[in-house]
Amino acid sequence: MTKVTMTVNGKSVSAETEGRTLLSSYLREGLGLTGTHIGCDTSQCGACVVHLNGRAVKSCTVFAQDVAGAEVRTIEGMANADGSLGVVQQAFQDHHGLQCGFCTPGMVMASAALLAENPKPTEAEVRHGLEGNICRCTGYHNIVKAVLAASGQDVAAVAAE
Amino acid sequence: MPKDTGIGASSKRREDIRFLTGKGLYTDDLALHAQAHAVMVRSNVAHGKIVSIDTAATEAMPGVLAVFTGEDFVAVGGNPAGWLIKSRDGTPMREPKRPVLAHGKVRHVGDAYAAVVAETYQQARDAAQQLADDTVIEELPAVVDMKAAVANADNRVHDEIPDNVCFDWGWIEDNRAAVDAAMKAAPHVVTLELTNNRLVPNAMEPRASIGEYNTGTGDYKLTTTSQNPHLTRLLVAAFVMGIPENKLTVVAPDVGGGFGSKIYHYGEEALVLAAAKKLGRPVRWTAERTESFLSDAHGRDHVTKIELGCTKDGEILAIRTETHANVGAYLSNFSTATPTFLHGTLMSGPYKVPHVYVNVKAVFTNTAPVDAYRGAGRPEATYSLERVIDMMCRELNLDPFEVRRKNLLTPDQFPYQSPVGLMYDTGNYQATLDKACDLGDVAGFEARRAESAKKGKLRGMGLSTWIEACGIAPSHLVGILGSRVGLYDAATVRVNATGNISVMVGAHSHGQGHETVFPQIVADKLGIPESSVEIVHGDTSKIPFGMGSYGSRSLAVCGSAMDRAMDKIIAKGKKIAAHMLEAAEGDITFADGKFSVAGTDKAKTFGEIAFSAYVPHNYPLETLEPGLEETAFYDPANFTYPAGAYICEVEVDPDTGKVDICSFTAADDFGNVMNPMIVEGQVHGGVGQGIGQALLENTSYDETGQLLTGSFMDYAMPRADDVPFYTVDHSCSTPCTHNPLGVKGCGEAGAIGSPPAVVNAVIDALHRGGITHVKHIDMPVSPGRVWQAING
Amino acid sequence: MHNFEFVKPSTIADAVKAMAQDGAQALSGGQTLLPTMKQRLAQPETLVSLTGIPEMQGVCMGEGGLHVGAATLHVTVAQDAKALYPALSTLAGGIGDPAVRNRGTIGGSLANNDPAACYPAAVLASGATVVTNKRKIAADDYFQGMFTTALDDGEIITSVIFPVPQKAAYVKFNQPASRFALTAVFVAKHAGGVRVAVTGASNDGVFRWTEAETALSADFSPSAISGLTVDPTGMIADLHGTAAYRANLVKVLTGRAVAAAH
Repeated sequence: MTKVTMTVNGKSVSAETEGRTLLSSYLREGLGLTGTHIGCDTSQCGACVVHLNGRAVKSCTVFAQDVAGAEVRTIEGMANADGSLGVVQQAFQDHHGLQCGFCTPGMVMASAALLAENPKPTEAEVRHGLEGNICRCTGYHNIVKAVLAASGQDVAAVAAE
Repeated sequence: MPKDTGIGASSKRREDIRFLTGKGLYTDDLALHAQAHAVMVRSNVAHGKIVSIDTAATEAMPGVLAVFTGEDFVAVGGNPAGWLIKSRDGTPMREPKRPVLAHGKVRHVGDAYAAVVAETYQQARDAAQQLADDTVIEELPAVVDMKAAVANADNRVHDEIPDNVCFDWGWIEDNRAAVDAAMKAAPHVVTLELTNNRLVPNAMEPRASIGEYNTGTGDYKLTTTSQNPHLTRLLVAAFVMGIPENKLTVVAPDVGGGFGSKIYHYGEEALVLAAAKKLGRPVRWTAERTESFLSDAHGRDHVTKIELGCTKDGEILAIRTETHANVGAYLSNFSTATPTFLHGTLMSGPYKVPHVYVNVKAVFTNTAPVDAYRGAGRPEATYSLERVIDMMCRELNLDPFEVRRKNLLTPDQFPYQSPVGLMYDTGNYQATLDKACDLGDVAGFEARRAESAKKGKLRGMGLSTWIEACGIAPSHLVGILGSRVGLYDAATVRVNATGNISVMVGAHSHGQGHETVFPQIVADKLGIPESSVEIVHGDTSKIPFGMGSYGSRSLAVCGSAMDRAMDKIIAKGKKIAAHMLEAAEGDITFADGKFSVAGTDKAKTFGEIAFSAYVPHNYPLETLEPGLEETAFYDPANFTYPAGAYICEVEVDPDTGKVDICSFTAADDFGNVMNPMIVEGQVHGGVGQGIGQALLENTSYDETGQLLTGSFMDYAMPRADDVPFYTVDHSCSTPCTHNPLGVKGCGEAGAIGSPPAVVNAVIDALHRGGITHVKHIDMPVSPGRVWQAING
Repeated sequence: MHNFEFVKPSTIADAVKAMAQDGAQALSGGQTLLPTMKQRLAQPETLVSLTGIPEMQGVCMGEGGLHVGAATLHVTVAQDAKALYPALSTLAGGIGDPAVRNRGTIGGSLANNDPAACYPAAVLASGATVVTNKRKIAADDYFQGMFTTALDDGEIITSVIFPVPQKAAYVKFNQPASRFALTAVFVAKHAGGVRVAVTGASNDGVFRWTEAETALSADFSPSAISGLTVDPTGMIADLHGTAAYRANLVKVLTGRAVAAAH
């Protein structure tokens, strides 16, 4: 076992790992941060997306030892300092961008990364930018709407408001 | 003005806060002290005789605590089918035992024949590999294709079932001769053979279960990914494990989607309980996605020949279908109801059709069990019907919109006794069709088609007018039809001393938003803030009873139970108020959260009454018990009948065969709508899955029974860039006539109505583009299939 | 997955040393390797991460064209090659999905040589040079069939040098589930002629469509290939498309790539 230290949601943390310990296991089992979910084993579904040094990655496809010392942000670190929902989180609630909630952490992390890179995306850019995250509940309608709304764009014109 | 609270308001979902902050607690998120890890050992052949399993080396591996094989469960019961179907010759269906772990034979790839429990997951996984290496399975020829399964009596999934047929069902048998005669006499007959493609539900949360056993009390606890914990308790207790119901608690915490696949009891749930008892420690199991593909109940998988007899101007005279329905290797709990009473009974759709006959042969194959998946039988019926009507229009050169208008039932014809056994209570199918045409701008289609043509794309428009029957009921009727359970639901409304409320409901929320919607209804009726109402669900030790959530039943059935319980609360409140206000009970009215003496300004608030019930200092103790808590069980008088009209527009790239959805319009009648935002979200999701079925999703086994689409690398589901914004509407509402809320179900609608709209649009695009030799393309209408059809 | 020893050298020299051990396997972005290991289809004893080696990172113009460090992320190529080699940037920006692009690397893709991967098409059509710790390998010699390359055991790709064509484009038709290429075509117009590389279509992995190259070298327009046919023999046939369908896509996508080239 090797102790791996990194910064997660602004705090320095460490946990014992094997070579094969995935970043997702490190977070879920090592640190008890179970907001990061595992929905597949082929790096397709995106439920496990976290920010690694500011970039969205699939934490189930990264070894913990490979990212020792990194800055990691998870869904548990997305709320405002006062505990209120962050902009993207709030938009997801306001626009019903989630149902069962299982894909949601990955979806929020992917959306936040998308907006950090492209603060005013088009609908097509949002859809393309979320292609690595599968949601089985929403048909994506309200997710896309939420991301556009989180970018400050007027979504009142979107179908079926 | 839209309301901002109570019934009809788009209240924001309170459950979102925990899901959005990573504080949801799904089964796999729960870590228990001293927990051990189970890994299932699954067959890698579709059909085989288990010759030997040598557990010695596995048992000696590091961390291994126990090894289970089918032998360990020979003495316990099997997992039963929930419905007993009779064949048309009157014989009962064949119902082979479905064991916890396969014994003697394995019958599909992924069939679990052993399990290993170890200190860590990795140790269990290593040991499971060892056990697989030490198992000898003699491979037998696999039965994969349904028609071949029926034709070849030598090749049997279950040795005692010679033709692999579970049942051969006719609906309604007494109508058969008249249907045959009407078909023969019809001026025109359209025949279509089609496949309703097999789907894997793929809820994003894989199945997981944790078993616990208290050696001091003998109590078991099962935490599991279930849509209906009470049904699971009943099955585990009464049928499989023989544990007394009172010694077993089943908890379904946050559940990450179900779509049907988490209705059923699965062997892993029994396994973790048995292992927990044996070890005296919690034992957990979580499926990897590959296991989900191999062992979750799949959906659909019908091969159907549908014939439609009509006049030359498109009046439908008769419909006759012959379907082979795959049930897979074993009968999952509702696998026999899905292709029969949830399918055959819908075969006249929203139309006035005098003669309908449905024949379904359910066939065992060496594939994963097949059961209800979002829509369950109704999408299969709708797809067959809407495709054959579309084909009729093409053959007779009729307008598909006009043909539907001609055949749709009209509002004056309700209640309507269908020729396939249902009594539709109410509807206005013309209204939803008109609304869809308006919202979908049917009038502007030609201009859009011309624009597409400039880009070299073929544009088409497809229509589907659909109906479904949901909230299966009543219990006495389903009992006659073969159900082994009742289909009521229950709710307890507990008014706390300080006037806020806990409601224990039998419905289970795994994405539907019950925690938000049910309080809206309570708030509206009792005149208190939504925030003063909490919903409790998913725990058999906390709720009275419940049949769970599936078949779009939660609001219509459980919501009605809750409404009835509130009626009892109000009735008791009136008695208390009468005493406190020194008035006759008959003079007390209840409105806006106040019990008042009619015609006076004397009143007590709801909170005052609640307080009095728990602090009964001034209370009619001689005639009334203290406390304010009521339970109601509600057994509906009928199904509810949501209906709607869906219009899809597509562009087809003739060079690559790729289909893009340009727009999708859904106009639905769900009766009264409690929370429009949530209802729309349900339709979005259903339409998304329907588009998935129509264009992308394909479950394919090769001839040896190996699953070719066993991961997200090969099983394609819609991503955000595969679908457009949808236009949805629910303004054409005809409230259900027989439940107190006037509600119909909305969860499955999108998945039922959308696949034929999409496929009809693709065929329309090809025909308008001059490619008229293509009569039909089976789903998924993938680029390769479209290109093949164009060039074939 | 099976356990292993994890090492993360910071120089190519140390990586080469680590790779010399029995059972050693290089790990780059891991976007294909990790899923493979989860399925227990790869069981290395030592995993040598190549992501901590500064000299294997980055995109810059240099001798022979555009130099891309082997451990450079797809997202970095998409961003940094945008002005220098737009078609390569487009290709990198269309691999997998954003999270995959934030982790996956060009070297990992080329070492794996998945028959449906994107980068092999760019390397082959560009006439790029694969640089390893030992030698330089011409693209035409590098790809040796599905999942097979000219790399020796323990040999590490350190960079790739892309001659930048006059015009180029990459057009990809997605396999809808995996988002790999069902078929994709990279067309590159060089001073010395046109190269057309096809990925996703053939059982032999990435290949050059030489008939189209000849036709396009004479006339770089979509109509130049209209008379050609693609032989479906040897094309991949699976659930997502028959051999004939893929053969059709090769031609259709080549035409579109020519039209899009700039």
